Amino acid sequence: MKLMWFHLMPYTELPDDFREQHPSVWVDIHSSLFDPLRAHHMYNDFMDELEFAAECGFDAVCVNEHHSNGYGLMPSPNLIASSLARRTTDTALCVLGNSLALYNPPTRVAEEFAMIDVISGGRLIAGFPVGSPMDTCYAYGQNPSMLRERYLEAHDLVVRAWTEPDTFAFNGRFNQQRYVNIWPRPIQKPRPPIWIPGGGSVETWRWCAQMDHVYCYLSYYGYKAGQATMDGFWEEMDRLGKDRNPYHAGFLQFVGVAETREKAFELYREPAEYFYGRCLHVDPRFAGPPGYTTEETQRRGIQSQVAQAAAASRYESKFQTLAREMDAIVDKGYVIIGSPDEVAAQLKEVAHNLNVGHLMLLLQFGNMNKDLAKYNTKLFAEQVMPQLGDVFSEWEDRWWPKPMDRADRAALPSFQPAAQPGTMAAE
Amino acid sequence: MPEPRTSSIELNGFSCRVWTAGSGPTIGFLAGFGGLPRWIPFLDALARERTVIVPSLPGFPGGERGHTVLDSHLDWVLAVRQLVHKAGLDGADLVGSSAGGSLAAEFAAIWPHQVKRLALIAPWGLFDEADPATDPWAQRAPDVPGLMCADPACWEALKAPPEGQNSPEWPIEQVRASEAAARIFWPLGNTKLEKRLPLITAPTLLIWGGEDRIVPRSYADKFAHGISGKPEIRVIPGAGHLAELDKPDEVAAAILEWLR
Repeated sequence: MKLMWFHLMPYTELPDDFREQHPSVWVDIHSSLFDPLRAHHMYNDFMDELEFAAECGFDAVCVNEHHSNGYGLMPSPNLIASSLARRTTDTALCVLGNSLALYNPPTRVAEEFAMIDVISGGRLIAGFPVGSPMDTCYAYGQNPSMLRERYLEAHDLVVRAWTEPDTFAFNGRFNQQRYVNIWPRPIQKPRPPIWIPGGGSVETWRWCAQMDHVYCYLSYYGYKAGQATMDGFWEEMDRLGKDRNPYHAGFLQFVGVAETREKAFELYREPAEYFYGRCLHVDPRFAGPPGYTTEETQRRGIQSQVAQAAAASRYESKFQTLAREMDAIVDKGYVIIGSPDEVAAQLKEVAHNLNVGHLMLLLQFGNMNKDLAKYNTKLFAEQVMPQLGDVFSEWEDRWWPKPMDRADRAALPSFQPAAQPGTMAAE
Repeated sequence: MPEPRTSSIELNGFSCRVWTAGSGPTIGFLAGFGGLPRWIPFLDALARERTVIVPSLPGFPGGERGHTVLDSHLDWVLAVRQLVHKAGLDGADLVGSSAGGSLAAEFAAIWPHQVKRLALIAPWGLFDEADPATDPWAQRAPDVPGLMCADPACWEALKAPPEGQNSPEWPIEQVRASEAAARIFWPLGNTKLEKRLPLITAPTLLIWGGEDRIVPRSYADKFAHGISGKPEIRVIPGAGHLAELDKPDEVAAAILEWLR
């Protein structure tokens, strides 16, 4: 199976009384909470962590897109991915992803992803989420009633822009371009693998099957809450006559490893409680723009009696009922903690139960500092990873990047930081 | 009052419900945010003196999923044009509230000879940064009734599922109504209607709830200033944004009196 190292890039210094004093971590979080001088260090720490994860041998490093968000400092994950393209060599670069409907024209995404693919020698995984309501409809002002149709059209445009050899005219419902002809073109042929982070909607499952894209369930609520969604996905694949290749799916899981379970509980308690207490403090006002959730999904929710009410989207209900204290966080499976052997055993079980070949691991979360993030990453790489190496080895991963031969790739010069701060200014 | 007669007209391949009640000269009504999942007392009050014709807007209750094929403002305005025509409202007096008020104003601006007189209840379509309208789509669900009406019970009565009704379709229809309005007006409610207001030549009555918590009272002046048809402003005390729900008799009386 593939073990992928995912960073959300949370702002790590939200105040202790954040929940009490501020309505939302997202959309209208106040600018006074953002200190650019501190964020300078956060970004650089986070990028160190991603590079460290690549050095430790993770199969991929993953970044994603959020807007106006105190737990996701990557409005443009492409900027981080382009830097990683120069500071890593063999690791896949998973951008999960660009919310296609937010780009006008969407060929911008085709271009930027092609740049990353070319610079990295063909290591890009191209993720295309619809995007959350907070990011798309509120922070970016997109119309919730047209978001999905725009997204689907933009997807078709990007794929054509990557694959059609000749300049073409795109006469879409929402996008019209007389001359589509992107430069550069991606290294990977016919195109980089496309992965779709989605919620639990049956339309998305069917579409992923039809397009042969990887379906990723990126929930913050762990393997227990994710079971029903992944079961639904595989049942739908059965109905459509698709095989159960575990690499057709991806799943996100928070993990904290230490020498013992007690130690792990102690080490990861604060960052976990910071994440679930402060980072997921989202005002339900921004959870359910009308039209974002399709009527078919609403209908299933109402009929299954799982959803509380038609108006309460999956975001609204989850934010209101989630666990915020470490005992419950661990108990509900949001974060898997333990010794390396315990974590390996649990992750094996999770991989088999969910039938997921691409496991995206959040080993930095909340306000976890760089030392602890590196400790978690290193211990995982040294003692957990070897135990998971041959899981699903009987299956072919058809959705993994196919880079250039290493021998043909550009040599990256080693980077020498300036000897003393201020050298540049002095020159 | 007798039950309204229900018929339907076809628009872009979708069905739109048309209610007709009363007798006398014809008056049309385009409903506001949330649409009309059920008949309301305001329409009875109008029907005492008039033949009231109420076509559903696409996507609003009674309008199926007709909003899904309307991608631009021109699409919406043309849909209203067809709706008015097919419902038999050409050249009639026209009343519109909130979201429907904005579309009634567009119609009166673009086809000035098709509207005799125009009554607008807190119409949408403008946005003033200095006095922003409330965002109806960024609210906690329990706050919505008190934003739409001065008396939250009026909105709740409009939206409550009928006795014994527990199909998932009812709540889905109410979300769809909100989506249809969003499709036209997201994110600010600003359709640049301001540019077209001078084209409105029909005599115009502007009605505003004295307790409108969605569209500020200052917008009445902006509409009055822009419209060419010598608009008159009437504020209904004790009424909220959907004034016709809070004070059906007072709003109907204000309109009927002005039309006489």
